[in-house]
Amino acid sequence: MSQKKLSIRIDGELISALEGQTILEAAKANGKYIPTLCALEGLTPVGACRICIVEVSGVGRLLPACTTPIQEGMSVITNSPKLTLYRRISVELLLVERNHVCAVCVSNGHCELQSMATALGISTVRFAYNYPKLPADLSHPRFVLDHNRCILCTRCVRVCAELEGAHVWNITSRGIHARVVSDLNQKWGESASCTNCGKCVQACPTGALAEKGRAVEEMVKKDDSIRSLAHRREVQA
Amino acid sequence: MKRITIDHVSRIEGHAKIVILLNDEGQVTNTEFHVTQVRGFEKFTEGRPYYEMPGITSRICGICPVSHALASSKACDAIMAVRIPPAARKLRELLHCAQIVQSHALSFFYLSAPDLLLGMDSDPATRNVLGVIAAHPELARDGIELRKFGLQVIESLAQERVHSSWVVPGGVNSRLLAATRDRILSELPAAKTIAERTIQFFKGALDNYKEEIASFGSAPTMYAGLVDAKGDLQLYDGGLRFRSATGEIIEDQIAPEDYANWISEASLRESYLKAPYFKPMGPAGGVYRVGPLARLNVADRCGFPKADAELNEFHQRFGAPAHSSFLYHYARLIEIVYALEKMEALLTDPRILEDHVRATAGVNSLEGVGMIEAPRGVLIHHYKVNDEGAIVWANLIVATGHNNFAIGRSVQQVSEHFIKGDKLQEGMLNRVSAVVRAYDPCLSCSTHAAGQIALRIQLMNRSGEVVDEISRP
Repeated sequence: MSQKKLSIRIDGELISALEGQTILEAAKANGKYIPTLCALEGLTPVGACRICIVEVSGVGRLLPACTTPIQEGMSVITNSPKLTLYRRISVELLLVERNHVCAVCVSNGHCELQSMATALGISTVRFAYNYPKLPADLSHPRFVLDHNRCILCTRCVRVCAELEGAHVWNITSRGIHARVVSDLNQKWGESASCTNCGKCVQACPTGALAEKGRAVEEMVKKDDSIRSLAHRREVQA
Repeated sequence: MKRITIDHVSRIEGHAKIVILLNDEGQVTNTEFHVTQVRGFEKFTEGRPYYEMPGITSRICGICPVSHALASSKACDAIMAVRIPPAARKLRELLHCAQIVQSHALSFFYLSAPDLLLGMDSDPATRNVLGVIAAHPELARDGIELRKFGLQVIESLAQERVHSSWVVPGGVNSRLLAATRDRILSELPAAKTIAERTIQFFKGALDNYKEEIASFGSAPTMYAGLVDAKGDLQLYDGGLRFRSATGEIIEDQIAPEDYANWISEASLRESYLKAPYFKPMGPAGGVYRVGPLARLNVADRCGFPKADAELNEFHQRFGAPAHSSFLYHYARLIEIVYALEKMEALLTDPRILEDHVRATAGVNSLEGVGMIEAPRGVLIHHYKVNDEGAIVWANLIVATGHNNFAIGRSVQQVSEHFIKGDKLQEGMLNRVSAVVRAYDPCLSCSTHAAGQIALRIQLMNRSGEVVDEISRP
């Protein structure tokens, strides 16, 4: 059964997309770029980071492209001074919330948060740094969780639940107190459900999850394997 | 009682002030050397994975990040209980020699040359590196070239000049390419020529500094530095040797992990900088110096022909051990000659090109100590970790720390010699600062601080009123 085709406009250009696609998917399929941070191909979108916000004609608020399904006749703007401002603010708030000290981070030079900040031209932030005192969980023999670098994108939660099927990770508490936890808030090294597969590490966009022993700048993530796994799963389904 | 405050001391790395107390006759009764910054690296690294320490602790300093990265990596090697591959060791040594060359060139040409070449009493407005360029353009160019050489070697090995992440626990993270080796080798002769020319120039000018040599911290102390099993000068590795003021070896081949048996740290009321001393003799008797002068006093030989010839001449001129802290400048130049010869020896060893440059392991020891000779002297990084590899305790003893007591004494000696009466003179003020500069102290490192230095000196009467003041930007 073929899916119904819908006609929408992205940045003024008339595009034909499939019903059920999100704005992000439709844009991607037609070679249009919308910046993202928490989205990872193959995982269920959650709209956690608000970087992919777009303007939709007739809607008074900005909508996340990753979770908003397209509708017939929708007109979307992906880039405007207003959007850039709000995207910047979102990234700045991520930067001030925890201790993102790029210079001594294992992911320096290979970090999606850092690249996004650079792409948005963030050289300084307008808010006061929060400097929370956060621990790093070094209990796992192969991997490290550093809450200082976590942006709560939940890629680790989703990749573990959806691709590995182990669902080790989850989010505890709310708002500024939210943290990634393994199992029922145990140390990662004591998790009975972790299969040590490392998908969470490769899916993590920052240095929050890293391989143990990687020195500063040495953690290069390989999320291609996650994309290809996700793709195979879709083919089998 | 009157009180003179020099705040800040200029042309040093970091922030310091000097307080000089005078009696009613205008004679110096006491001096205090204050290091005014606190940084807290030992505290805020608690909980971090040990293998992040080379990256974090190298941020202590922008002049000698290489030294911190190396000492830290050596401490991490000890935690991993690995012997690093031979090529990695040679590459680390090569990087360290380049660091010594660039740091010593900075100290001599940029920070101290204004005093040495333009005179202690010259106009403070031009007594800076720009004044040196105007008055002695060839020498200034040599200084820039030599420092550039050191920095470019660092860059070609480590990809970045400052704060690179090439040195890692277990070795280094990439091998040396033959083309890079050949390029460094081709640039070495020019660097050697500059080093040779500068040392000849300095030796020719030594007669101009007789008063400084006699009064700049010439009180005898013990000396500490690293030497190998044969007693040769070592910068990267080796055991710690203490030599007495009269030249006898007191202790030799102290392994890094045993440092705490021989070195204790005192806390001073006036300073954020801790003051280490030789433990068996207590804080009063256990004053020792480290750094270029100390290293040349401690070692029997350099192990390379040109450096050894310079070392012999040095001791012939000033005795063994040579005590004046003014001679730190001279010693720095000899060490540049040494470092360049050592670099050549390392680069012509074919094993330096081997592929295997990194050993890997987890936590095999819950404690590790790394000890090297940073440009300013012995640098010790000491970490304790838990089973998971998180830092639970850290202690860093840096070169300027070891020299803390000695700097204090030198300040006292220079003040007593040059300050007479209660009228402040610019030349006097500068000599007090210059003796501190002779040690090339890195206060940024020592308090694990950084920034621009200005200078203000105030003379106050007993009730705290300022009776005279000199300041410069």
